[in-house]
Amino acid sequence: MSQPAPPFVEPLGTRHRRQRLAGLALGAATAVAALPALAIVSFIVWKGWPAISWEFLTEMPVSGMTKGGIQPAIVGTLWLVGVSLLFSVPVGVLAGMYLSEYAGEGWLARVVDLAIVNLAGVPSIVHALFGLGAFVLFLDFGTSILSGGLTLGVMTLPVIITSTKAAMQSVPHNFRVACWNLGATRWQTIWHVVLPNALPGILTGVILQVSRSAGETAPVLFTGAAFYLPILPTSVWDQTMALSMHVFALVTQVPNVTEELKYGTALVLLGVVLCFNSFAIALRYYLRRNRRW
Amino acid sequence: MTTPIARRRPSPWIRYVEFVIEGLIRVCGLSAIVFILAIFLFIGKEGIGFLLTHLGGMLSSTDWSPTHDTPTFGLVALLVGTVWCVGLSLLVSVPVGLAAAVFLSEFASDRWREFLKVVVELLAAIPSVVWGFIGVMMLNPLLQSAGAQVGLNGLNGAIVLALMTLPLLVSLGEDALRAVPESYRQAAIAMGATKWEMVWRVLLPAARRGLLVAVLLGVGRCVGETMAVLMVTGHAVRIPHSLYDPVRTLTATIAAELGEAVRGGEHYQALFALGILLFFVTFVVNLVADYTVRARRMG
Repeated sequence: MSQPAPPFVEPLGTRHRRQRLAGLALGAATAVAALPALAIVSFIVWKGWPAISWEFLTEMPVSGMTKGGIQPAIVGTLWLVGVSLLFSVPVGVLAGMYLSEYAGEGWLARVVDLAIVNLAGVPSIVHALFGLGAFVLFLDFGTSILSGGLTLGVMTLPVIITSTKAAMQSVPHNFRVACWNLGATRWQTIWHVVLPNALPGILTGVILQVSRSAGETAPVLFTGAAFYLPILPTSVWDQTMALSMHVFALVTQVPNVTEELKYGTALVLLGVVLCFNSFAIALRYYLRRNRRW
Repeated sequence: MTTPIARRRPSPWIRYVEFVIEGLIRVCGLSAIVFILAIFLFIGKEGIGFLLTHLGGMLSSTDWSPTHDTPTFGLVALLVGTVWCVGLSLLVSVPVGLAAAVFLSEFASDRWREFLKVVVELLAAIPSVVWGFIGVMMLNPLLQSAGAQVGLNGLNGAIVLALMTLPLLVSLGEDALRAVPESYRQAAIAMGATKWEMVWRVLLPAARRGLLVAVLLGVGRCVGETMAVLMVTGHAVRIPHSLYDPVRTLTATIAAELGEAVRGGEHYQALFALGILLFFVTFVVNLVADYTVRARRMG
């Protein structure tokens, strides 16, 4: 056994000074972690704000994307997020329900948990490879909103599953027992008692999913997003522009784009993502405050 | 109340409906497993053959030129590029992130903690393409004025990755520290320790597994990060010798070249082989992280 660390033998003044110093250093680290990012976000808002106008949001891009608005990118992102929601909300909510109400503590629940953690950890570009192989080629959906949306849906499934599971598990067990004692079946209990109480929590997860999938670029790069396509999509079989892809294209692929246009587009994307996210945070905060049990 | 409390036995119809619904729930419950297997299958189908036959050559060459007449698929420079960016960024983000986590969990007042946690969560939500945008539009000129010939280089990538991972490290680190029972803190303070002595000698050792998990997930996130590094690392397949050298990572290679690769061709298969490697690396990192969490829970 090694010698135990000596007791606090140094003079009290030294120890208190060290304590203050540590507090300062840790505070400085916190500032380093938060301030640059905050400064950058403010800078984007400052530089991008002059570009934002009604015309910018509702007009087609013209002259090789160097002028005009970003309407098809916004509409395309709505389509992609919509398709991903149509897939991931039903599947994710039912899966969360399974984990909370049916799976118990056995090995199968363990494996499912592990799969969720890994699904969340798989790099976005690997999801893109999967989407290309599975949806675009194997199922033959082609490069389309459907393929892109499904790829996003698979990728964001863990967000919805974990939030549904957490929301349902936070409903007290007594509620279920009371309901069973009235003679209700397991599904009736879930439908009439657990689900209504868990609904706001599930909604938080869904909003987070929207924010996440609106910002993703890599998964739609090869599955559904088009580089420059100044028409609005009419069905899920069309390709479409997307906001995230548009930021990427403007910054790296297209020459002679004005700074204002670049910053404006980035600001719209950032705004969409952060608005949805703050909404989810606010909702969660409100729920925690008004919890009745 | 006049309504009878006892319900009738459910009719056969209801039972049938419930049977179907519960079946559906069970099927969806396994969806995560199905998709993980499907990802493995679809990527493996395209890339595993290539990986097995070419692995020796891939690992012994630094020359990645898949579109030459005699294509070569040397991985070494790409691997070094990935490790370079990830390593550099973690060198900064791990100490700073964990220090900030300690501050949030132990030193900040309740009000500041709530506020900072919201800030951190919002920063974590910034999409990776926006980080790439930041690297190209802001860090690029900044690095050039600091003496770099090209502003899009390994250092730029490392800075962007560090800024991206910091929020994740702070929030996971804070969770790990909060998970240490309050009685540990009270015992240390009762022994006459200052707050800093309590943190250094009691809290950090007690939370080390959770902190390790935070770092592991940070590594996984960095390795898999695609859009930002694609945009800012300068895209040169070579082994970096200085901070200002441009590099290229595994993820960026796939994102940049998949659009041009002929479906089913050798290049296409090679890119899927890179995908298998990435999948494998993050899979192992996540398994280790999960194992560490479980070991902590058990004792």
